[in-house]
Amino acid sequence: MGLNRKDLLGIRDLSVEEIRLILDTAEPMKEIIGREIKKVPTLRGKVVINLFYEPSTRTRTSFELAGKYMSADTINISTSTSSVVKGETLKDTAKTLEVMGADVVIIRHSATGAPNILSKYISASVINAGDGFHEHPTQALLDMYTIKEKIGGFEGLKVAIVGDVLHSRVARSNILGLTKMGADVRVIGPATLIPPEIEKLGVSPFTCIEDGLRDADVVMVLRMQLERQQKGLFPTIREYARLYGVTTDRLKLARPDALVMHPGPMNRGVEISPEVADGVQSVINEQVTNGVAVRMAILYLLTGGGNPHETIN
Amino acid sequence: MKLLIKGGRVIDPANNFSDVADILVEDRKIIASGLDLKATEEAEIIDASGKLVVPGFIDMHVHLREPGLEAKETIATGTRAAAMGGFTGVACMPNTKPVIDNQALVEFIKCRAASEGVVNVFPIGAITKGSDGNELAEIGDMKMAGAAAISDDGHPVMNAQLMRLAMQYASMFDMTVISHCEDTNLVADGVMNEGYFSTIFGLKGISRLAEEVMVAREIMLAELTGAKVHIAHISTAGSVELVRQAKRKGLKVTAEAAPHHFSLTDEAVGSYDTNTKVNPPLRGEDDVKAVKDGLRDGTIDVIATDHAPHTQEEKDVEYNYAPFGMVGLETAVGLAFKELVIPGILSVEELVQKMSVNPALILGLDKGHLTPGSDADITIIDPNLKEIVDVKKFASKAKNSPYDGWELKGLPVATIVGGKVVMYNRALIG
Repeated sequence: MGLNRKDLLGIRDLSVEEIRLILDTAEPMKEIIGREIKKVPTLRGKVVINLFYEPSTRTRTSFELAGKYMSADTINISTSTSSVVKGETLKDTAKTLEVMGADVVIIRHSATGAPNILSKYISASVINAGDGFHEHPTQALLDMYTIKEKIGGFEGLKVAIVGDVLHSRVARSNILGLTKMGADVRVIGPATLIPPEIEKLGVSPFTCIEDGLRDADVVMVLRMQLERQQKGLFPTIREYARLYGVTTDRLKLARPDALVMHPGPMNRGVEISPEVADGVQSVINEQVTNGVAVRMAILYLLTGGGNPHETIN
Repeated sequence: MKLLIKGGRVIDPANNFSDVADILVEDRKIIASGLDLKATEEAEIIDASGKLVVPGFIDMHVHLREPGLEAKETIATGTRAAAMGGFTGVACMPNTKPVIDNQALVEFIKCRAASEGVVNVFPIGAITKGSDGNELAEIGDMKMAGAAAISDDGHPVMNAQLMRLAMQYASMFDMTVISHCEDTNLVADGVMNEGYFSTIFGLKGISRLAEEVMVAREIMLAELTGAKVHIAHISTAGSVELVRQAKRKGLKVTAEAAPHHFSLTDEAVGSYDTNTKVNPPLRGEDDVKAVKDGLRDGTIDVIATDHAPHTQEEKDVEYNYAPFGMVGLETAVGLAFKELVIPGILSVEELVQKMSVNPALILGLDKGHLTPGSDADITIIDPNLKEIVDVKKFASKAKNSPYDGWELKGLPVATIVGGKVVMYNRALIG
């Protein structure tokens, strides 16, 4: 069976069963990535378009490889080479891609809700690859896949998310997904970067990192964007690193086997110390590999599904 | 030209009258009201039995967009939208291109309204030149040219000293200063109400405080200067309470609420429908309740739409990029019935007070009553008529309404301006 939906716009719309289906489907996909010849014919004849209004290396490459491993024709459009610079509206771009025969459009956009708007204009499947500071559902799914692979489940798991939660779509999607799956989520950061009424999402906010990290099973570190400092949300990067940087000493407050995650790209020495990033508890590189597998699963499930084992083997 | 409106329930709060009566109109004026008035042969007769006959509604917060922004709306289309909405008069905000900040431009609006418009148009002049918040505009000149009030709507006067001077100066002419209360630093680049929904929808929030600190400032300045200050589109529980206290102190502070602030909450933004993007933003349930309470207890004097037309192209974009504002003229009466009259929050007499009597008083107009000898500006409402809102049928050039598809009950069926019927049975005349 596939996902009974046209689009993947956010974790908020997904049921627990749909999340489970995606995570289960990613397992055989990961096996393909490990093969000598990484190619299956599953999506032959399908057109997958990466429509990126914001710079991205990791997510765009990950989607592109996911499509290619399954024999889809993948095309990348980034704002610097498209007619967006000529002032074309999202609506007109969507219509153009539609009539060219796109089956899946993967969109990243700095404006929240852009994928929702796009999905109204086209019959192709739309996958949100990150919109504003709203959602980044495929990142959350790959994070959940990594946690499930390493720990086995989510029920009662203590997950601490550290950093600029206010502007983080990664944090939002993870909060929504992990709480759905039964995890106990905490967010840690300066008061100026904690979203209003975050408690209503079922998470506990902490401004003291030591309190927040205590006994955590997973420590998820967010990228600190330098322009936040320029807007006056905290005084200096130096002070941020001192108050909220995840260091070896602080990590000791979490459980000894706690996983350390980061969606990348990292500012080493700011939100995460190099020792932690490269330490034995870090699963940051596995997250990247799992990202391809999870995106293969999503492409596969949105374009029709079927038993993944039958189709792939 | 004579007109006899027969058998309706005449509601004239200014004259303390609410009963079945006829109204006779001749030569643009009301000449008589009472039972069983006899028309001479040539009079046109409107059967108003079962309907409400009320002094013409006045929307004191409208953007007609002319001059300069005619793609969004014009005086011709905006006044037709007003007629369809049961308004016999609108006060238009000065944030056009150029800004209405001098006598010549006030006269331009009046001329265009006389030649192109179908309802009365009362121009509002700018507080500062170009509404840029630096120097006072020629307020006295504009008053003499016919400006009904002053406002830098959409461009809050952030300089408190300048606002103080504006209030002192306007007081000399007995003009009301209308304040769009918004601290632009607190707004930053927010696009919706700050709270739970901005958090889950991932949009930058606008704190309620951005409005409330300015409401508090304007009230303190009103106390200092003794000026008549009108708070535009009040949207938060805190603002309502501040105005309530100001009234208790006896200050000359009035306030208006827009229909969208008593009929929708910030939850509606979740569709990313840019027609829900409005300034001040749609607020929470507690705020909606507070606005309704404020309307009920008299804290909020006026219902005004903040009719803000935009083109489809401007609104058909990502939420962050869309302009703020929604049209309101053609849905206001129906929404007021749905949210206020039918649930028993306001009586029809109180509704007339807030949509006709009070706007006239605040703007210093001899309107808002049906006294014989006064201008024959009359609205007739059928409280039982139902209609599904269809934006494609709007007389306004703009279709940016979040109410498309809503069923409304209680609608204007005739709009009479200076004795001339401009809308009848839900259709424009002439």
